[in-house]
Amino acid sequence: MKLARWFKQASARVRDGAAELKVIDRRFQWLGAVMLACLLLLAGRFAQLQIVDHELYASRAENNRVALRALAPTRGLILDRKGRVLAENRPAYRLVVVPERVPDWEAMLDQVGALVTISDDERARFNRARQRARRFQAVPLKTNLRSDEVARLAAHRHRLLGVEVEPYLTRHYPHGALFAHVLGYVGRIDERDLERLGPDRYRASTHVGRTGIEQAYERVLHGQPGVETVETNAQGRTVRVLERQAPANGQDLQLTLDLDFQRAAAEALDGHAGAVVVLDVDTGAVRALVSAPGYDPNQFVNGIAPSAYQALLDNPRRPLFNRFLQGAYEPGSTIKPFLALAGLAEGVIDSDEEMFSRGWFELDGEGRRYRDWKRGGHGWVDLTKALAESVNVYFYEMAVDLGIDRMARELALFGFGQPTGIDLLGEGDGLLPTRAWKRGQFGEAWFPGETVITGIGQGFVVATPLQLAHATALLAAEGRTGAPYLHTPTAPSQRVVHADPHWDAVKAGMVEVIHGPTGTARAVAQDVPIRFAGKTGTAQVFGLPDDADAVDEREQDNLPEHLRNHALFVGFAPIDDPKWAISVVVEHGGGGATVAAPIGADVMARVVQ
Amino acid sequence: MSLQRIGANGLSLIRLDAILMGLLGLLMLIGLAVLYSAGEQDASLVVNQSIRLGVGLAAMLVLAQVPKRLWLLWAPYLFGLALAMLLVVEWVGVGRGAQRWLDFGVIRFQPSEAMKITLPLVLAAYLSERPLPPSLMPTLISVVLVGISSGLILVQPDLGTAILVGTGGLAVVFLAGLRWRMIAGLGALVMAALPAMWLNLRDYQKNRILTFLDPERDPLGQGWNIIQSKIAVGSGGWSGTGWLSGSQSHLEFLPEPHTDFIFSVLAEEFGWLGVMAVLVIYALIIIRCLQLAQQCTDPFARLVIGGIVVSFFVYVVVNVSMVSGLLPVVGVPLPLMSYGGTSAVTLLAGFGLIQGLHSRRRFMGH
Repeated sequence: MKLARWFKQASARVRDGAAELKVIDRRFQWLGAVMLACLLLLAGRFAQLQIVDHELYASRAENNRVALRALAPTRGLILDRKGRVLAENRPAYRLVVVPERVPDWEAMLDQVGALVTISDDERARFNRARQRARRFQAVPLKTNLRSDEVARLAAHRHRLLGVEVEPYLTRHYPHGALFAHVLGYVGRIDERDLERLGPDRYRASTHVGRTGIEQAYERVLHGQPGVETVETNAQGRTVRVLERQAPANGQDLQLTLDLDFQRAAAEALDGHAGAVVVLDVDTGAVRALVSAPGYDPNQFVNGIAPSAYQALLDNPRRPLFNRFLQGAYEPGSTIKPFLALAGLAEGVIDSDEEMFSRGWFELDGEGRRYRDWKRGGHGWVDLTKALAESVNVYFYEMAVDLGIDRMARELALFGFGQPTGIDLLGEGDGLLPTRAWKRGQFGEAWFPGETVITGIGQGFVVATPLQLAHATALLAAEGRTGAPYLHTPTAPSQRVVHADPHWDAVKAGMVEVIHGPTGTARAVAQDVPIRFAGKTGTAQVFGLPDDADAVDEREQDNLPEHLRNHALFVGFAPIDDPKWAISVVVEHGGGGATVAAPIGADVMARVVQ
Repeated sequence: MSLQRIGANGLSLIRLDAILMGLLGLLMLIGLAVLYSAGEQDASLVVNQSIRLGVGLAAMLVLAQVPKRLWLLWAPYLFGLALAMLLVVEWVGVGRGAQRWLDFGVIRFQPSEAMKITLPLVLAAYLSERPLPPSLMPTLISVVLVGISSGLILVQPDLGTAILVGTGGLAVVFLAGLRWRMIAGLGALVMAALPAMWLNLRDYQKNRILTFLDPERDPLGQGWNIIQSKIAVGSGGWSGTGWLSGSQSHLEFLPEPHTDFIFSVLAEEFGWLGVMAVLVIYALIIIRCLQLAQQCTDPFARLVIGGIVVSFFVYVVVNVSMVSGLLPVVGVPLPLMSYGGTSAVTLLAGFGLIQGLHSRRRFMGH
């Protein structure tokens, strides 16, 4: 209550109430005088604007008016590393309507509708845009007019008030589906985009990058709008341009991709669903990045028809799905080289040490048998042979000796379980399981059997094709490379450290996969002009009964396609001073050796030329 | 007894003033009519605004019933509460880019609005407890309170409200009989502080001021609004283009024809005569409030009424100057005419306080 007392503190001075009120009175008179002066000033101001200068403003309002037009910047081109155009701007014509010049909407739409077909979709979009636009701003009604439509509209132009045919530039992807998932596409701007991007910057723009490079590099590609002050006549047509501040066009974007490699990768997939990634081992530069099947990004530019979009969504082969970036595939045996390095580093195996494969592995106290893919086993096996013939039992045993948490730690060094950091948005993480992860996810303890199958890249562990390629590049470069990138490089750094003999032993095993007498991919050795290294993998899609013999790769052909295994291949070349790393995933391809390795070899052959 | 008589008596029974209520009602009706035109004849805007005005009238009625001695007693605590909420809003406020709102789940509340009433209240209570004109210490303390309150609102950042709160507070100090030489001193101080204030303004506020000085700087943004508003006003002429038929096509070039720029719609459609009519109504409202102040025999009531009236007046002058290109676009609505709830409720609540302070009738008494 101290505050209250201080606040009310009585004064020592004797107060003269009447005198005080007189002071306030006098101040109120001052105040009244100031207010009166202000109001008179305002009255004068409005008299000046509305009476003295009325003619001037009325004529500006009614007859000749100065209008401002925002000028759209031209979007930057996207080029491959040799400067070949991957995304360009093509001249086209569109039908625009200036709202304030249309005397009768229904009549106008009927007249135009008689000359060119306006779909319900276009009409709805037009009505939305019309509500957002200022009355003198042209609103597009139909884009990408055909030349006969342009001719018909031109012939009737004098009858169509407020309607104009306007040239503009439209985004075009000359290679269509080939780069669909990398480049993405631009789409029409909607209200939410405007709010997010800032209406001033996008005032004149009609399109914005939606996915892929177009989205990730929107800022660079878009540019800054310009502004034009124009004088228009009573009909609103431009009489002359008073002033023009040119837009700053978007910058061209050169990518690391190579059109030839991309084409080779897409052709090698030959209709399969899957992904191919080719990286420059030293820098992480992406040379080819394919997700198949693709789709034609051009149909999205001017608004895809709902039926066509639904068809893409309903397609069981999922053409819209970006497999290299977001696909989560069990790596299967392609994980073995990385686990081998872990085993060597942790002292669990020795490259010369041999173990005996009798065809199956059994955990103590558990009846279940974990099998080799080869009936009867591989006999005595060292590391080189274990990689060359992809001996499961060797890796089952090593996995149990390492334990899941050590495996996870070592694999994380190669980038498993985390985004690679490529300059695209929405990259998948893959998954690298640990005990803690499983407890958090399922509230369950980790079972030893899950460790066993992680040893052959199955179970919970999944990776994106991009992660597999990046891990392979790291292995090929002995731990030193940059994050995969399409335009903005990161400085290469030493990400994994292993002893030289360990790198050599694992690489030697991967060479034997291709060039050894019993290598799983020996059939493709002749497909590439130089010696290269690799590893095949097969990921089970169809769970087999525990006691059944592993399905032989050849038997896969008899299964319906959607039950067939995923086929994988990772590899690098040349073997001495590696330059290229590659990953291939073929969904339901059957076997890594029979399907994925030949595709990898085809691409490699083109790349090393 | 005439019907008018009965109405006036009924109003005075609930401690309201018939003349002031009549003027406010007329203003609100004109406001709704212009809003109907400015909002592209969208009835829902008018309905929404009517609901808000109804809430404001209810708040007015409630505040009018509070006896003067309670206001005197509560003033420091109400002010302290408003100040505390302003500080809280700095920390946890929600708002698009600016921290102005406190979200209580059910309602969102803007503490800066409460300041428009509590600052004049606390200053009047504080100064009227002391001999008038105030001596140096009380003057300095009052000015510091004004500075803190409007400063906190300025950094939100909300330049318009900061100006309204600041002038309302300073008006109380001025009316209390602040000596001219102190006014001169304060003036010099403010001039000296201007450069510092400029540095503390947010970029968008600096842009507004720079654009005002040179509209061509930003022809697509703020400058565009000023130019177009002047064209709309000027094309109205003597008597305007008529309701619902502004040739500037209902000011679609203005981003907010129904809020901050509603006066341009009025000026275009009703011309200079319409502008004068509305300005006269505003003047009459102010004159009536000053009369009510005059009839109060204690300094406290007079000072509170004076402070609230001045901030109402500043609302009008800033907004009208803004649409006619005399002042930069500072985002101050036109009182009781612009679309938008918070300021209307606060303004009507303020008029409730004024009428309650003036009324000699005991609450619910005869």
